[in-house]
Amino acid sequence: MKYTISILVENHPGVLSRVSGLFSRRSFNIDSLAVGVTDDPTVSRITIIVDGNEYTVEQVEKQLNKLIDVIKVKTLAPAETISRELLLVKVAAGAAERGEIMNIVRITDSKICDISRTTMTIEASDTTERLETLLELLRPYGLREVIRTGTIATQRGSDFITVKK
Amino acid sequence: MISAAEAMVKCLEKEGIKTVFGYPGAAICPFYDALADSGIRHVLVRQEQNGGHAANGYARITGKPAVCIATSGPGATNLITAIATAYMDSIPVVAITGQVNSDLLGRDVFQEADITGAVESFVKHSYLVKNAEDIPRIFKEAFYIAGSGRPGPVLIDVPMDVQKVPIAFDYPKSISIRSYNPSTKGHPVQIKRVIAAISEAEKPLICAGGGVFAADAGGELLELAQKCSIPIVTTMMGISAVPVDHPLYFGMIGSHGKKAANTALLTADLLILIGARVGDRAVSTPGILEKRTKIIHIDIDPAEIGKNMEAAIPLVGDASIILKQIIDKVAPCDHSAWNAELNALKTSIVPDMEERPRTVNPKAFITLLSQKLNDNAVVVADVGQNQIWTANQFMVPHGRFLTSGGMGTMGYSVPAAMGAKLADPGRQVIAVCGDGSFQMQMMELATIRQHDIPVKIIVMKNQRLGMVRELQTKGYHDRQIAVDLENVPDIPKLAAAYGIPAKSITSLKDAGSAIDEMLAADGPYLLECIVDPDEATL
Ligand SMILES: Cc1ncc(C[n+]2csc(CCOP(=O)(O)OP(=O)(O)O)c2C)c(N)n1
Ligand SMILES: [Mg+2]
Repeated sequence: MKYTISILVENHPGVLSRVSGLFSRRSFNIDSLAVGVTDDPTVSRITIIVDGNEYTVEQVEKQLNKLIDVIKVKTLAPAETISRELLLVKVAAGAAERGEIMNIVRITDSKICDISRTTMTIEASDTTERLETLLELLRPYGLREVIRTGTIATQRGSDFITVKK
Repeated sequence: MISAAEAMVKCLEKEGIKTVFGYPGAAICPFYDALADSGIRHVLVRQEQNGGHAANGYARITGKPAVCIATSGPGATNLITAIATAYMDSIPVVAITGQVNSDLLGRDVFQEADITGAVESFVKHSYLVKNAEDIPRIFKEAFYIAGSGRPGPVLIDVPMDVQKVPIAFDYPKSISIRSYNPSTKGHPVQIKRVIAAISEAEKPLICAGGGVFAADAGGELLELAQKCSIPIVTTMMGISAVPVDHPLYFGMIGSHGKKAANTALLTADLLILIGARVGDRAVSTPGILEKRTKIIHIDIDPAEIGKNMEAAIPLVGDASIILKQIIDKVAPCDHSAWNAELNALKTSIVPDMEERPRTVNPKAFITLLSQKLNDNAVVVADVGQNQIWTANQFMVPHGRFLTSGGMGTMGYSVPAAMGAKLADPGRQVIAVCGDGSFQMQMMELATIRQHDIPVKIIVMKNQRLGMVRELQTKGYHDRQIAVDLENVPDIPKLAAAYGIPAKSITSLKDAGSAIDEMLAADGPYLLECIVDPDEATL
């Protein structure tokens, strides 16, 4: 099963390697990892998607908490999670294909952000599953480049994760 | 303003550091230069790894973080095994390394090694100092992190140019790390459940690990055991947490442990694990145990709970505080029948103490040594058969047993003994090693001589890597490879070359007087015991 883990860390150099190093050392499988600074410039937020069971997730949480730079760890309940991933995909597309691709873009609520004589570059922000659908629809035209950011996530409703207790 | 290097030395002084172990080189020269003006004693070891082990032994005896120092590149990488050893046994060691100039970092210049990266997976924390002004805070944090919560090694890597920057020195009085708040007290609800479990148990058992030393909880542990007549076993790291001659003590558990201890573990209906991480050498079938036995797991590290074995009642906190909380509330109980059952087993198994023709029976030797040592002596066992003989026959009533339990690092005993001796010069300190492990650390005889560290060294010479040979006998159809130490050097002569008196014995009959002579000697002494290559571990 996939679990979404949100981690607040000190925004120092080296922190990301500590966090990611822990995953390989303890042989936890991560599907994706995304990191960015929060509103507080001293704090970064990492979102990790882990493939595992209850035991692995509990261990991941505890081992992460042992890292001195980790301020807070929270596993988000699947039903309560809003998650998004950003995708840039460059598709082979000559004049003949443009119309069909623009149609797909419209249906999937994506965006064309660049176009050349032989390619189109499409931008989409959505859940991992819906991005997969988009890629499947585009695959027949020829995917030249697929770039994904990894998932970021938050909780539904008014709950939020903060440094303060 | 003082130089950052002077500030580093001042930080050590502020932390009450009296002795450090190290080996210099270009990148740490500014620090060493500043050290020359300090009252701190520097012990020049003969290889950085041994500096790390010496700090380890020192820390285990004082209960406070101890310091080792190395230069950049090869000096730092030589420390790696010692840092990993300290990590696996949760020993508070602060390692200080020099680094190449900060503007050259990442260019693979002479003697550059990414040491913070290399030790990442076995330090509690590490720092690469970029701003000299951060030094007081970083040192304060490093000592606090190393010594608090679950102790462990912390590395501070300081580029040479940073060491030379003038800074205003102000050592922080207090410390606050927002992301680090080790818990201490046990949760009252859990304490209640523990009390109930103890009162319901018919065959309760306490298993003590190395965490009992970290929490200095030996006294409380014994108090609880006595109040409720609960028998005690230990892991290898827990040996000597309670007096080894105590009637409630039944020895070490595990693949190389005592029968009575292992039987106790398998028949107990309640197991109270204290500061033990249920490593595979201690508990080979945690899955079976957790199903059959109710388990209370007390540990300061929440990540240990449920890692290797499920616990019915987890209790996170400082063992000494938690034990006091339990002792306060628990009603005295009597388990004399259960104790008698274990006692019968304990007394029915007598280790083989027979005299051997032309060799020394190592078990009988360690038993005799224990009898002759002062009541509070420290014995440091190396790794191999010698370790198990020593662990199982260690009988010094209020003594201390040290070894590299988690990592099983050969070459630990002599440098760790040096550290232990310098930490508490009034105590007898004995290192016991094999002829293989001795040859991994014998350069330290020079350190022992130079600094007049009166440790005693026992070498069990069986001409082979005995423990591995035994594995080959049992698991690899007795095919022997790469375990013969053919032409082991003449060890007493070697000691003599270093200026250390030594003797060799080939019979138990000579052991008594040889031990007396060794213990009577003012300074260091080496005693070699010739042991039969086929002597069994158990
Ligand atoms: C640094 C290191 N290398 C290898 C080993 C594997 N090992 C475990 S016990 C042992 C044999 C030790 O031989 P010796 O010191 O002579 O002790 P004995 O078993 O003969 O008493 C070896 C090689 C180890 N524990 N540590
Ligand atoms: Mg040997």
